[in-house]
Amino acid sequence: MNALPSLAVAAETEPVIRLDAIERSFGQVKALRGISLGLRPGRALALVGESGCGKTTCARIIARMDQPTSGKLTFRGRDATAAGTAGEERAYRRAVQMVFQDPFASLNPVFTVHHHLARPLALHGHAKGKAALAGGVAELLAGVGLDPEVTAHKFPHELSGGQRQRVNIARALAVQPDVLVADEPTSMLDVSIRLGILELLARIKREKNLALLYITHDIATAAHVAEEIIVMFAGQMVEWGATTAVIADPRHPYTQLLLSAVPDPDRPFVPGDSARFLKHAEEVRRISRPASAEVEQVAQDHFVRALGAAS
Amino acid sequence: MNKPLLQVRDLCVDYLTDKGAFRAVKNVSFDIGRGELFGLAGESGCGKSTIAYAITRLAKAPAWVAGGEILLDGQDLLRLNEASLQKVRWRRIGMVFQSAMNSLNPLMRVEAQFHDVLHRHNGASRERSRARAEAMFRLVGIPGSRLGDYPHQFSGGMRQRIVIAICLALEPELIIMDEPTTALDVVVQREILEQVIDLQRNLGFSVLFITHDLHLMAQLCHRIGVMLKGELVEVGDVRQVSRAPLHEYTRKLWGAIPQLPARAREALA
Repeated sequence: MNALPSLAVAAETEPVIRLDAIERSFGQVKALRGISLGLRPGRALALVGESGCGKTTCARIIARMDQPTSGKLTFRGRDATAAGTAGEERAYRRAVQMVFQDPFASLNPVFTVHHHLARPLALHGHAKGKAALAGGVAELLAGVGLDPEVTAHKFPHELSGGQRQRVNIARALAVQPDVLVADEPTSMLDVSIRLGILELLARIKREKNLALLYITHDIATAAHVAEEIIVMFAGQMVEWGATTAVIADPRHPYTQLLLSAVPDPDRPFVPGDSARFLKHAEEVRRISRPASAEVEQVAQDHFVRALGAAS
Repeated sequence: MNKPLLQVRDLCVDYLTDKGAFRAVKNVSFDIGRGELFGLAGESGCGKSTIAYAITRLAKAPAWVAGGEILLDGQDLLRLNEASLQKVRWRRIGMVFQSAMNSLNPLMRVEAQFHDVLHRHNGASRERSRARAEAMFRLVGIPGSRLGDYPHQFSGGMRQRIVIAICLALEPELIIMDEPTTALDVVVQREILEQVIDLQRNLGFSVLFITHDLHLMAQLCHRIGVMLKGELVEVGDVRQVSRAPLHEYTRKLWGAIPQLPARAREALA
């Protein structure tokens, strides 16, 4: 049985959403193998791994854009693996909102920022009437660090990538969700504005007591937002626990590889090293791929999966 | 020092808008030596990609080179006619862009795409193209047996390596890489860039490396230029720009990058 991430740190708070042994197969391909996690109010969990490791599939299942092949999804203590009544589905979707990677593609170019934010406010009954809507929109924009006077009547093309991503976050917040799933929210933005978006996510998580699932391939940014981290490879959780513990003392070879590849200006590339690094990376991927049910507890809040036998 | 391979002198590039000309590149000058890895850093919209397009003369309306010189071995690229330009592009200056992996033709086998380039620029026969393609695949660490595959059969990182291989097949003197690994994850990024470093050492080409990631640039480049709103605000040796930046903006840019906690970085060193 997998230990559920964050058991040690926040066992006292019940997760809003809980996954137990989630599997998802696409034909022969096992995209997710035994994912178990809990999203708790006021806490951020980072899901880290390379393209194709299954992290987005996991987000899609949580956002109910996809169904697991097996396993259990629990929402506020109720089994929500299968679609419920229309009312239950609406409640679920209201509670779980997403922010996507591409800030340019996720806003409708023919509508103003005001429209993007007023619609969810009206649809979900959080504001009624022109004045209330304008007030709600202004509050949302101020909450994500944008000047309502300047921004509300602009069109998406008049905003920078960072500003658009802030509008996307404001739109997700308009619904007043309990869970925010952010799938690579900064990877299409300049390095220099990533920190601002990460700090914004951390702040709204704190202020609104949101459960945040932060998905990224950049373990350095994960360390900035999330108290807990899950490192995924080939559909499996290979190492997880408190972010500080995992990053300071990585045990799984894939986590070690990921950390060693984070750009560090103090460690210039050494000419003549590429063959060694390529071979090493390939070897790590090879040994990390086989399924394994054996999990070792490294510390109170730090778990690592043992390497599986090659099939 | 030998005469630089590329000299950019007082380059100005305008974008023509409804409200008149907007100067995106303002009197930019820098040199790239033979075998040198030169980096241009800056945020979106600072003009760094516009410079790349100007050097390859790919700047299209509404962009317009308003002034300056771009000298390759002393020859001004801005004055070349279309025919002479074709002899420079790809053959002397190669280009790898951020979305380069999507610039492979999805309907053609990779081998045919090598042949396309080699035949067009060097008049190579199918046999010679095949041999060259095999050698290039070996260089970038992909088995030659996969030459007959289509682009979609490769991962994103492999596709980007294939574009680099095609680019290197003509042995250019200068390769312009504009955010070549931004769309890839960190492990694949490091695999590709370590290969570029080794290939550079073995083949001796020069590189203009463009990215917004100063940390990555400092791992790769010999010299770095920092752009702000169309101006080159600082140019210097990598050690000076990273340890003792002179310009306020360079310092800000360094401070704004998310990095691992110091304790974790020490553990890795």
